[in-house]
Amino acid sequence: MAEITLRVNGKDNKVDVPSETPLLWVLRDTLELTGTKFGCGAGLCGACTVHLDGNAARSCSTPVSQAAGKSVTTIEGLGAGGLHVLQQAWIDEEVPQCGYCQTGQIMSAAALLAKTPNPTDEQINQAMNGNLCRCGTYERIRKAIHRAAAEGGSR
Amino acid sequence: MSPISRREFIGAGVAAGAGLVIGFYLPHGRRGEHESFSPNAYLRITVDNKVTIVVARSEMGQGVRTALPMILAEELEADWKQIEIEQAGASTLFGDQTTGGSASVRTTWDPMRKAGAQAREMLISAAALTWSVPRSACSAENGRIRHAASGRTLSYGELAGKAATLPIPTDVPLKQAKDYKLVGKRLARVDSPAKVRGEATFGIDYRLPGMKFAALSRCPIIGGKVSNFDDKDSRKLGSVSYVGTIGDSAVAVVADSVWGAMEGRRLLNIGWDEGPNKDLNTAAVVTSLKQAASKKGASLYLAGDPAKASGRRIAVEYSLPFMAHAPMEPGNCTAHYQGSKCELWAPTQVPQDCRDSVAQAVGLDPDQVKVNVTLMGGGFGRRLEHDYAVEAALVSKAVGAPVKVVWTREDDMRSSTYRPASLHQLSATLDGSGFPIALMHRIIAPSISGQKGQPTPGGVDPDLPDEAGPVYGIPNYSIEYVMTETPVPLGWMRSVYALQAGFALESFIDELAVAAGEDPLQYRLHLLAKDQDLPYFTTTWKTARMRGVLQLAAEKAGWGKPLPAGGYRGIACFGCFASYVAEVVEITAWSGSITDGPTVPPPRVHRVVCAVDCGQVVNPSILEQQIQGGVVYGLANALRARITLEKGRVVQGNFDDYAPLRMNETPTVEVYAVPSAESPTGIGEPSVPPIAPALCNAIYAATKKRIRSLPILST
Repeated sequence: MAEITLRVNGKDNKVDVPSETPLLWVLRDTLELTGTKFGCGAGLCGACTVHLDGNAARSCSTPVSQAAGKSVTTIEGLGAGGLHVLQQAWIDEEVPQCGYCQTGQIMSAAALLAKTPNPTDEQINQAMNGNLCRCGTYERIRKAIHRAAAEGGSR
Repeated sequence: MSPISRREFIGAGVAAGAGLVIGFYLPHGRRGEHESFSPNAYLRITVDNKVTIVVARSEMGQGVRTALPMILAEELEADWKQIEIEQAGASTLFGDQTTGGSASVRTTWDPMRKAGAQAREMLISAAALTWSVPRSACSAENGRIRHAASGRTLSYGELAGKAATLPIPTDVPLKQAKDYKLVGKRLARVDSPAKVRGEATFGIDYRLPGMKFAALSRCPIIGGKVSNFDDKDSRKLGSVSYVGTIGDSAVAVVADSVWGAMEGRRLLNIGWDEGPNKDLNTAAVVTSLKQAASKKGASLYLAGDPAKASGRRIAVEYSLPFMAHAPMEPGNCTAHYQGSKCELWAPTQVPQDCRDSVAQAVGLDPDQVKVNVTLMGGGFGRRLEHDYAVEAALVSKAVGAPVKVVWTREDDMRSSTYRPASLHQLSATLDGSGFPIALMHRIIAPSISGQKGQPTPGGVDPDLPDEAGPVYGIPNYSIEYVMTETPVPLGWMRSVYALQAGFALESFIDELAVAAGEDPLQYRLHLLAKDQDLPYFTTTWKTARMRGVLQLAAEKAGWGKPLPAGGYRGIACFGCFASYVAEVVEITAWSGSITDGPTVPPPRVHRVVCAVDCGQVVNPSILEQQIQGGVVYGLANALRARITLEKGRVVQGNFDDYAPLRMNETPTVEVYAVPSAESPTGIGEPSVPPIAPALCNAIYAATKKRIRSLPILST
């Protein structure tokens, strides 16, 4: 066990967990931020996507020790003081079906727009291909990303 | 009980007495003391003007928490913005609560409408009494009753107390489609905001004070058992508090966190009694299907006498593998066993089965078990099982604390219940123009219900009546089912047997069209040219409606018009769950042979045009979601989905070797619904079956290679 200081959504948290514990489980079980989801445990589905210093990262495959000293952003901290423009676009395009993968999808899309404010379809494919959706919402996800981009989605 | 047998049960109940489903009398308080008005179990209006609609089906992404309340609110003339939604747990008030068989809207359409109309009529009566005016002078609108002559209005909340004292009418007028204000509109789903914020509570998110977490090591060999286990290393982990067998084929590790439980499980040393299936492999399954093919089957459908037809004959076999549902949220359940009662928080399609099975497993009466239904990260039929619920209850009982059992992806893939592998023998006798005067379809597959010990009357799996019906008006036409057995656990997976039946039939029809030198669309339209009723169990399939969706899909897709170089189309149609679907697929051809494996890029599927006739559409946006989702799910099934077995074990373990569709492979899916005021029919599953044959037919158009066995690509 090791005490690790983890900066999540702008707030420092001291957590006392084995250092190899995946960040995912520290977020979900220790900090009770359950918006980040468990899907595969192997970085194959993207349901656990968070931002580490602004970059999309698969928290299921990131030992918590690697997140120490970095800024972690989860879905709960994405829209500071309200909905992020992507979250609103997700509602406007009626993207979610079961919704389980959508928080990870939104986090991947947010990392994309932060660097590429007006992505092409091909850039969307590249950024989003690591995020699986078994409900098949990809077409509406694409529309929502374009909508958010048009509305200044890098905010 | 399978979805269909449950549905038949409900259907019988409705037919036997109109009051049965909606007429649950909820005890009123004494006159003058009413805080709320609840004429039936679906609705509660309180004096503070809160209107709560209860949803007695499970939300797994298909939109029931929005669509079902829309139906009731329509008849209630409610103010939609005012509605609050409540999820029912396992109950005795709603009949069967199984969510499956694309049945939620089609089986609750009537009860929800009547429930809303009943309340509306009582609220009108309450207002008329309050104002001492005739009922006919009052009308319901947007959550209020209005007296037109005087302009007075009262809210439903203001009328709730009086309405609750009135007798409940059983025969109530229902609105006509032309007067709908909510049904048929693209109302926003009620569950979206919480889902995009990460605030929606799925089963896996449920948390109780003092809760423990469990991971189970289940025997990897089908039918195997725990022989012995050594938990020395597991217990060295500080967080592990309990290790013990659950049933005879699993060992549970309980810890203070999910990760602790998973790590503890990893460190277990278990000796398995491999049991009778230790040598089972995929080849043996295929062989057993082939061997069974010579058996006489049960007749599902018979027109004329196909055996007597004479002429040129074409016979082809098709085969499909086992497949896994693989919903995004792995299996899980939270249980709190407390001696004389047990409460569950279950992501389940079968709350009542969870209740009954848990009661039996932990030694309680069903009414001592409370099942709360959580949101589900997909279901696709996997959560028609209740293994996760029984596990959670048993572990909670063993450790005397609330417990959440969490499955990993590998657990989900390897301890699942699988879509049955199947073999299909299609044969046709052709007239001089190459059209079938006789067609025979023999479905050789194990029975899901049969394996679970449920009734299979006359040797017919009870799902087949919804999923393997006739499509064409061929004068001599038979569909037979040969029931086989397999030790591989079977489950109902999205569209169930319709996927197999549709793939085989619609691939074969394409082969016949090619053999006749006809255009595949025109060939099908010829076989549907005459208006015919094709009675099949409780459904009467209509050639006119199938023709309608084919023509609509073809027209919207521009069938027959040239595509850019390298572009090809395929078409297929099928009916299941009482709905009709036709799909046109556009692909770009690729180089290399289809079976070259992973070195060959998959065909580029650009565009799918889907036409559906599902009766009255409740919410077109949700309809589109279901069609798009079914197409994406079906494309993954067609291209790559295959569960194989080696030494009694499922080979595939995660999304690398059982790979769903990703965004770069996803086509645009256009959805067109045939306008209809018929009662709604299923929509969660019917878009799945046509996609595999439509794609394979497009691949044939591109390559002249006929795919008769799924999946198209080996992974």
